[in-house]
Amino acid sequence: MNLFSLFTRRGSAPVARERLQILLAHERTVTGRSDLAAILQEEILAVIAKHIAVDREKVHVKLDRGSAVSTLEIDIEMPGLATAPAGARPS
Amino acid sequence: MAQVLVVTSGKGGVGKTTSTAALGAALAQSGKNVVVVDFDVGLRNLDLVMGAERRVVYDLINVVQGDAKLHQALIRDKRVETLSLLPASQTRDKDALTPEGVERVIGELREKFDWVICDSPAGIEKGAALAMHHADAAVVVTNPEVSSVRDSDRIIGLLDSKTVKAEKGERMEKHLLLTRYDPARAARGEMLKVEDVLEILSIPLLGIIPDSEEVLRASNLGSPVTLSNPSSAPARAYLDAARRLLGETVAMTVPSDRRGFIGRLLGRRAA
Repeated sequence: MNLFSLFTRRGSAPVARERLQILLAHERTVTGRSDLAAILQEEILAVIAKHIAVDREKVHVKLDRGSAVSTLEIDIEMPGLATAPAGARPS
Repeated sequence: MAQVLVVTSGKGGVGKTTSTAALGAALAQSGKNVVVVDFDVGLRNLDLVMGAERRVVYDLINVVQGDAKLHQALIRDKRVETLSLLPASQTRDKDALTPEGVERVIGELREKFDWVICDSPAGIEKGAALAMHHADAAVVVTNPEVSSVRDSDRIIGLLDSKTVKAEKGERMEKHLLLTRYDPARAARGEMLKVEDVLEILSIPLLGIIPDSEEVLRASNLGSPVTLSNPSSAPARAYLDAARRLLGETVAMTVPSDRRGFIGRLLGRRAA
């Protein structure tokens, strides 16, 4: 293969460098995503907890990173408001 | 104010223990009070590399669990009096390390020493996490090789998210120590160059340690390479790195034994 012989003549280090750059660009977004979602979850929870008593289990933060668009989805279930029927709500 | 430094890498066998011993000895040689702490519980080796394997009585786990006082477990080096070792346990496993216990021991060490250098175990599990958790700064030991660079990248991510400093929103100071470097092979395109690794990891360079048989000789003898042969190429590289840790500006070179020898021959011929 032409391309391959080109690389072998140059030595294998440039190949290593290119492979690493591609791999790490991908891995950084993956690990970055899980960390960012966790941080957001904690901080959003802290803000909401100041005003409303919420169940930690009922807060979901989802971060989706696409090539064109990334979305941040925050799903918070509020006690006594959204889950309970209107009549049963404590006044 | 004491500095807690973690020597870490993710990948095993890249030179964490060698570098801990060499940097610890180098800092102690410059008059600083230094303790090197082995966090590799169950697979301790820093004692062996330091030549203190027959002097271990108590270890980090004994101190963490309150079975021994810190001063009972510390081993004073016989060559440099400002250098001490806190060995890891060989018989226990890493679950014996508790976050509270480690925090207390690091706190006590901060009061006694100028530099606390923690030799991290390989991997990203509990042992490595605890070794880095209380650090003020990190030395990321990397070989110019794909798997080592990838693992270092991962460790850098953890240093920036899972340490006390990171949790407080402060910046963790990170230094790259490139070990087992062969400038001739890098020049021929057979090995990643310093610049390649720096560009990929983008953390400041602390030093370049040339691949050298002196490193094996030093560990055979149980002596940090900066003590066993201070004029050898790796020792000079470690001594320079230690001076940079102390804030000095030292020109970045890759010390070489071979070139020095040829240089001396040429010098003689010219004379």
